Formats: sequence, structure tokens, C-alpha cells
Amino acid sequence: MISANLSAIFYLISGVLFILALRGLSSPETSRQGNFFGILGMIIAITVTFFSIGNFSTGLIFVLIFLIVGGSVGAFIAYRIPMTAMPELVAGFHSLVGLAAVFVAISAFLNPNAFNLGYPGNIKLGSLIEMSIGAAVGAITFSGSVIAFLKLQGIMSGSPITFKGQHPLNALILISIVVLIYLLCASQSSKLFWILLMVSFLIGFLLIIPIGGADMPVVISMLNSYSGWAAAGIGFTLENSALIITGALVGSSGAILSYIMCKGMNRSFFNVILGGFGASEQISSAQNKEQKPVKSGNADDAAFLMKNASSVIIVPGYGMAVAQAQHALREMVDTLKKSGIKVSYAIHPVAGRMPGHMNVLLAEANVPYDEVFELEEINNDFANADVAFVIGANDVTNPVAKTDPQSPIYGMPVLDVEKCKSVLFVKRSLSPGYAGIDNDLFYKENTLMLFADAKKMTEDITKNL
Amino acid sequence: MEIDPFIFRLSIFILSIFVGYYVVWSVTPSLHTPLMSVTNAISSVIIVGAIIAGLAGGNDSVFNVSSIFGFLAIILAAVNIFGGFLVTQRMLAMYKKKKKDKK
Repeated sequence: MISANLSAIFYLISGVLFILALRGLSSPETSRQGNFFGILGMIIAITVTFFSIGNFSTGLIFVLIFLIVGGSVGAFIAYRIPMTAMPELVAGFHSLVGLAAVFVAISAFLNPNAFNLGYPGNIKLGSLIEMSIGAAVGAITFSGSVIAFLKLQGIMSGSPITFKGQHPLNALILISIVVLIYLLCASQSSKLFWILLMVSFLIGFLLIIPIGGADMPVVISMLNSYSGWAAAGIGFTLENSALIITGALVGSSGAILSYIMCKGMNRSFFNVILGGFGASEQISSAQNKEQKPVKSGNADDAAFLMKNASSVIIVPGYGMAVAQAQHALREMVDTLKKSGIKVSYAIHPVAGRMPGHMNVLLAEANVPYDEVFELEEINNDFANADVAFVIGANDVTNPVAKTDPQSPIYGMPVLDVEKCKSVLFVKRSLSPGYAGIDNDLFYKENTLMLFADAKKMTEDITKNL
Repeated sequence: MEIDPFIFRLSIFILSIFVGYYVVWSVTPSLHTPLMSVTNAISSVIIVGAIIAGLAGGNDSVFNVSSIFGFLAIILAAVNIFGGFLVTQRMLAMYKKKKKDKK
């Protein structure tokens, strides 16, 4: 058994190591070391906890068994998961953090003596407030992440689910959560504690169902942030600085990512959260769809265009992830590079279903990260490039965002693909993208549509090169 | 008059938010997915609470309602810790620079 002061110092050290873990991610070279710091911090935190309890009862055996059981499951998932499923995995993990926070809060509520928080029915007021906030946020994180997971996995439809009176209902529930916390702290009633948990689960569910598939980057980042605040709430209850520091780090990290994603779509956070985007516009665009001439080509035409180019820019999107086309794409690029053609990749901030989704997929296919560029870095290069190869992206290339103030995506930063001498657009059909609007790029003089599955088309082009 | 220890914890919390703010802005956008998976892993340090809860029973009552919730939380957090760190490591191992000989 070590003293409370000594263990507090160790918790502080592990908090600092977690900061260094995030700091490492500022560049790919330092990132692996950063991850190591994170692991070290976790080992310190867990070891210190064991020593600070000191009382090695038979319960310890069970703690270790459950630790190993959970750890093996986690390790198994980590090794087996395909990179394309990363958004689902992250959403799933968020739900676990949320639920763990709820469970810890429940056991602290039922047995406060173990945490030095007072006695059942007479818990210290401060601790009870912290505990109930942690539990409520944890419950929201859990049910919200489960819905996000189901939507990403395709088990639940990705289209927004809206109904009349949705926003007033949500507002009412949120207010009732605040009232419940107040009543709970005044009465210490365990009944209210359970009701609070149920209502929080419900609101997490209701908050995420109206948000559509392509807004998932914002949702995942937001839930990331919530899981941090839940951890911080529990950290206050347990008076544990490692947990408070981590909660604050994760909370602000998720908030920044949500901000970056919203900016990438030129929409306010509330606009995304209130949901329903793309549901109403889809109908109107289907009605006034006129037949415009489209040039379509085959793999042979595409190969010819690219062979005669001196520089090619690749614009990947969610469609590439769906078709698992990243390896085929890399092979095509290798063939191009052998003939001395300069190839780079342009990534829009909201391409894919989570922040950095495309970068991970390209990294998986062995694309060196110094060939991959962000929107601001590469947007001026389109004018000098010969061919833009758009694979699985749509709305993020739509020039209407710059020209038509009426458009729902007006003002969104887009890749200036149309400035290229020619554009190759791999897509399965002419159907509009997530925003439900037509892409003018399809009908441009210099655009060649390649109607096919992204992976198959890329392979065919490679054969023809 | 003494200052309530809560104030110190609050100070740690607020300052950590600022640290997080500056550290996360310096994360390169291409590593945003590993950022999410590693934040996932570190927020599972909540396992320290779960361990305390799981061990609270003492020898005569290893399993009571409170400790069972603790044990469940240990499993969930452990999945996250191992899964989060390992998947981050797997992702980061894929980020490679251009090979020199190809230039």
C-alpha cells in the first residue's frame, strides 16, 4: 500500500504521458513514440491503482481475469479489423467508454464508502453532482455511439430520421436531465438516479437519429468529445488527476475535430446537430432533373488520357472506401509513376466518414504520406495539373459551392477539380451525392465520366496503361 | 481559510483543456483517425475507478451489486485500452515516407 500523495504523483505522471502521446501525433515520425508514451501512462495508472488499494483480496484474481478477458477481446479486434471499418470501430469504442463511465458511476453510487465519498443515502453533495453529470454524459455517449455505429455499419439506414416536434422534445428531455440532477442531489434518492440514466440513454439515441451518414465525421468527433467529458466527470468524483487531465484532453480534442469538420462543410455545429440535412433537398432535385449531355468513357479512354499527362491529382472519397479500391488505386499510380508522371493525392477535410479516414486508407495501401495533401496545400495545383482522377468523391468537388448562393452547400470549401485540363470521374451512376444536389462537374466539356465500380475501373485502367 | 481541494482539481481540469487545445491543433490532419483511436484508449483510464469498485467487496463478498458493475466496467475499459492502443499502433506503422531510391 502506497500513500495517497505518492499515488497522486504517479497519476500526475501518467496524465503528462498522455499529453505527450497526443503531442507525438504532430508528425508521423514522432507518432509511434507518442503511442508508446500513452501505453506507458496507462500501465503506470493501473499499477498505481493496485498498489494504492493494497488490500489484495480474492477480488484481485477476478479483476485480473476480467482485465485479461477484455484485453484479449480488444487485441483481437484491433488486429482483425479492416482499415475501411475504422469509423465503426471508433464509434464502437466510444460507446464502451461511455458505458464504462456509467458503470463506474453506478458502483460509486451504490457503494460510496469504497471511494471515500460518504455513505449510501448520504453521499457528499459535490461528489454526487460530479457523479451524476459523469453518468448522464456517459449514458448519452453510449447510446449516441451505438446509433452512430449502427448507421456506419449499415445495419440502420444512414438517412436522417426526423419527425414532427423532434427539437422541442429533445429540448424538453435535456431540461428534464438538469432538473433530475438537481432533485437527485437534493433527495439522494436512488430511484431518481436510475431515471436519470434512462432519460440520458434516451436523449443520446434521439440526438443522433436525425443526423445523416455523411455528417458522421462531426458526430464521431462530437461523441469523442463527450466520452472525454464523461471521463472527466468521473475523474472529479474519484479525485483522480490522471482521469481529470485525460478527460479534459479528450474533450477538447473531440471538440476541435468537430469544429474542423463543420468548417470543412461550411455549416454551423448546430446546423449539423439539429440534423435532417439532405432529406428535403433530395426531393426537389429529383423533380427538376433535366437531361444534360454527359460524356462517358471506358477504361481505355481514361488510360489514354493519363498516359499523355505529365501530372495527375487523385481525389479520393467515401466511395473509394466502400469499393475497397485503395490498393488497386496505388497499383495504378505506381504504373503511372514508372512512366514519369507526377502523381499527388488531394484530401478534402470531410472526405470519408471520420476525420483522416482517407489518409489511413491510403497509408494502408502503402501510399507515402508526403504524396498526400490537404485541401489548402494542393488547391492551387489543380490549375496546372493535366488530369484529376475523382474516385468516390462527389459533393467536395462540386463547383456550385463557389457559384450558386442558393445551393445548400454554398460556401463550403471545395477542391478546384474543374480547373484541371481534364477530369476523370469514377462513379457508379449520375445520382446526386449526400447533399442531394447535382454536380455541375458531370456536365463540363472536359469531364469524362467512368461509370463503374471504383475498384474494377481502376484495375481496368491499370491493364490499359 | 483553507481552499477547498475541489478548486485545485478544477484548476487542473481547466488548464488541461487549454493544453489539449494547443496540442490537438498541432496534430497533423492526416493523423486525425489515429488521434481519435488513441484518445479512445487514454480515456479508458477510467479503468482505475472500475478497479477500485471491483476490489471494494473485500474477502467475504467479492461479488456484490456494486463490485459487479465495477467488474463489467473493467472488461469494457480493457477492451478499449488494448484495442485502442493496438489499432493506433497498427495504423501508425502504415504511415511511411517515400523511399529514397525511388526519387
